Amino acid sequence: MQAMMEKRALELLENGTVDRVLGWSAGEFPYDMTPAVFETAEELKNNFVYNDFCGANLSKYLVKESRKGGKILVFLKPCDTYSFNQLIAEHRVLRENVYVIGIECYGKADVDKLKAMGIEGITGIRTENGEYTVMTVYGDKTVKAYEAMADRCLSCKSKKHVVYDELIGEEGEVIEDCDRFDMVKKLEAMTPDERFAFWRNELSRCIRCNACRNVCPACTCEQCVFDNPNSGISQKAAVTSFEENMFHIIRAFHVAGRCTDCGECSRVCPQNIPLHLLNRKFIKDMNEFYGDYQAGEDPEKKPPLGTYTLGDREA
Amino acid sequence: MQVNGYTPKIVAFCCNWCSYAGADGAGSARLSYPENVKIIRVPCSCRVNPMFILRAFQRGADGVIIAGCHPGDCHYTSGNYFTRRRMALLFSMLDYLGIERERTRVEWISAAEGAKFSKTMNEFCDTVAALGENKRLEDLRCKQ
Amino acid sequence: MKKLSLAKLYDFFAAVAKDEALYCPVNNETGKAEYKRWSEGVELSQQLNTLRSAKDFFFPQTENLMAFKMEGKKIDVIDTREECEDFVIFGVRACDAASFDILDRVYLTDPVDSYYKNRREHGTVITRACGKPAETCFCGTFGIDAADPKGDITVWDVEDGYVFRANTEKGEALMAKHAALFEETDDKAVKAEQEKLRAIMAKLPLAGLTTEGVGEGLTKELFDRPEWASLSEACLGCGTCTFVCPTCQCYDIRDFDTGHGIQRFRCWDSCMYSDFTKMAHGNSRNSQLERFRQRFMHKLVYFPDNNNGIFGCVGCGRCLSRCPISMNIVKVMKALAKGGNK
Repeated sequence: MQAMMEKRALELLENGTVDRVLGWSAGEFPYDMTPAVFETAEELKNNFVYNDFCGANLSKYLVKESRKGGKILVFLKPCDTYSFNQLIAEHRVLRENVYVIGIECYGKADVDKLKAMGIEGITGIRTENGEYTVMTVYGDKTVKAYEAMADRCLSCKSKKHVVYDELIGEEGEVIEDCDRFDMVKKLEAMTPDERFAFWRNELSRCIRCNACRNVCPACTCEQCVFDNPNSGISQKAAVTSFEENMFHIIRAFHVAGRCTDCGECSRVCPQNIPLHLLNRKFIKDMNEFYGDYQAGEDPEKKPPLGTYTLGDREA
Repeated sequence: MQVNGYTPKIVAFCCNWCSYAGADGAGSARLSYPENVKIIRVPCSCRVNPMFILRAFQRGADGVIIAGCHPGDCHYTSGNYFTRRRMALLFSMLDYLGIERERTRVEWISAAEGAKFSKTMNEFCDTVAALGENKRLEDLRCKQ
Repeated sequence: MKKLSLAKLYDFFAAVAKDEALYCPVNNETGKAEYKRWSEGVELSQQLNTLRSAKDFFFPQTENLMAFKMEGKKIDVIDTREECEDFVIFGVRACDAASFDILDRVYLTDPVDSYYKNRREHGTVITRACGKPAETCFCGTFGIDAADPKGDITVWDVEDGYVFRANTEKGEALMAKHAALFEETDDKAVKAEQEKLRAIMAKLPLAGLTTEGVGEGLTKELFDRPEWASLSEACLGCGTCTFVCPTCQCYDIRDFDTGHGIQRFRCWDSCMYSDFTKMAHGNSRNSQLERFRQRFMHKLVYFPDNNNGIFGCVGCGRCLSRCPISMNIVKVMKALAKGGNK
């Protein structure tokens, strides 16, 4: 896959179709790739990497990158194309300056899961036949790829690219029977006391690093309401349970109807708070109250909170 | 308005064009509503940002009610329709977080419905009083 | 050196916890280690390091400084400081132990931070030599020996128990208090353990990382380096690296209107945030490149400048494993060193 992507990027860069390439740059370890913009063939050849650990959703970078002049090539996984489409719908990305190559995806790995299996001191990872052979200073270990798959990928909603200029690999299907709402349903079935205890336990770990907000492709405000010192919000202080609730409820509400459920919030959370469960609650409610809606699927479709019907259910 | 000796604090966001006038109407008709209901006048029920509601709880409210024009009667045509969607989602989320659903409510009260205003506020107060103090969305710093 | 048998570890914990608060790394519900107060039945985590650093004990994320009450035109300033209770932290790794020295340089030099000093004086640090260092470890780069951590007491895991060595008076006192639990031992087992550990450290991927190209007096050479642009371009501007960092020491002071008074508190701040050091005239660093550069220049150049060449990083590797986009101080150091050789 990496070879095909690199080859195509080089071609498009050399024939002048694009001026820059947004992809992933090699890291110190086999799993810590950083999103990067490549401007020359040399940079691409030296540093471009794509593998199962390239989990980052690159679409948000295009808010800035599509305005820097020239055309930029971006590689988007199926779930990333939903975010990209949503940004187009919100006029946050200039579509004409972006060349999208959709890339097939069978789920991304979560290195924390490897580490949770007691695999430490990783020096290399080899992928073969759905298995990772992880080399460490304490010896090699072989793990089935699905055992290390990120949670968000285990309940993937779609392997279909909703927007692209060309595709590398195979096009997939929307996964109608994905189980992404299972945990929401489980929580709904609990008593209010149990739910309260669950969320208090989760949210009390929040360190207010704002990574969930900053990575979120739906959070593209020039200035966030939580960054306004005059708003009376303690945006970086873990002061009270109230502030934790406030931040997470309001953030989820601000992206309701725009969140494509890409799962970046939970991926980046240093404290492993299942933040996607807040967004999924809104998605599930909107589907149930106002009819099925998938943000990013169709940029022409009105979002549930941007419209109404006379016969809506009462609050 | 006490249950087991507890008087709750209620914040009522009232639309300027209907429910706020409805409160006036209640007064003119000598219909009482509890003095622990604190009215905040807003230009339209859809002016109520979810943050306002959380802020009210932070600052000591035990219940928050939003009162607006009946659907179809909005002074700005459609504001209350948006309120209805937003609040349906927000209240459902609060419930999901284990925060008592009964502490929040939306009611449509027109300028002519002084009696409904009085009745709604009395009922809401009773409901919240029965729940007792707001513990789940409290901010300890704000407690005296 | 004194030895504690395997079976007696929790007896020691119980004895300590009787008189003062004892904290140690415990696995939380997500499987990550975090410092928690020990009580009977709580299990010590065997993980290498805690997700958050140990600086929280002396420099908590949020703390109240004072309060104000206003009545008409009269303002009362209320001192909310309280004498901190004695506490013991068990299981601090070499990197975190070294971070306390860095924080001391900031908070215990004139003007002394009384809030920090209060906690520092009441805390006893028991460090634990690393057993299984991770690929993200690079404490050796800054001259820290994971096999011989500092602290009031140092503990090594040996085959059939734990070997304790008191390093300070505070440590001696604590060990003397619980002397009945210990037996005398020599340093053979410790030497063997250290040797084993140092051999592992040498095999780690970052073992060869040096501070070449960064350090004291290099502001002019490094400030305008072109590498900052590409290094910072993916940065999200979140505070993850700062908040998990054992040496980041910046804070913000804010007032909170409680409705019946004002509470003045301080909270950790991050130079990655858009409102960091925002003043009346605006913000001194308006781009993410400037903010990003500030964080690394501070650790690698400005801090050594003001502290006889001592770096503001201890190589704990937390930012390496937690950064959402996997950008970190190691990548920065390598890029600066490589660029400098061109």
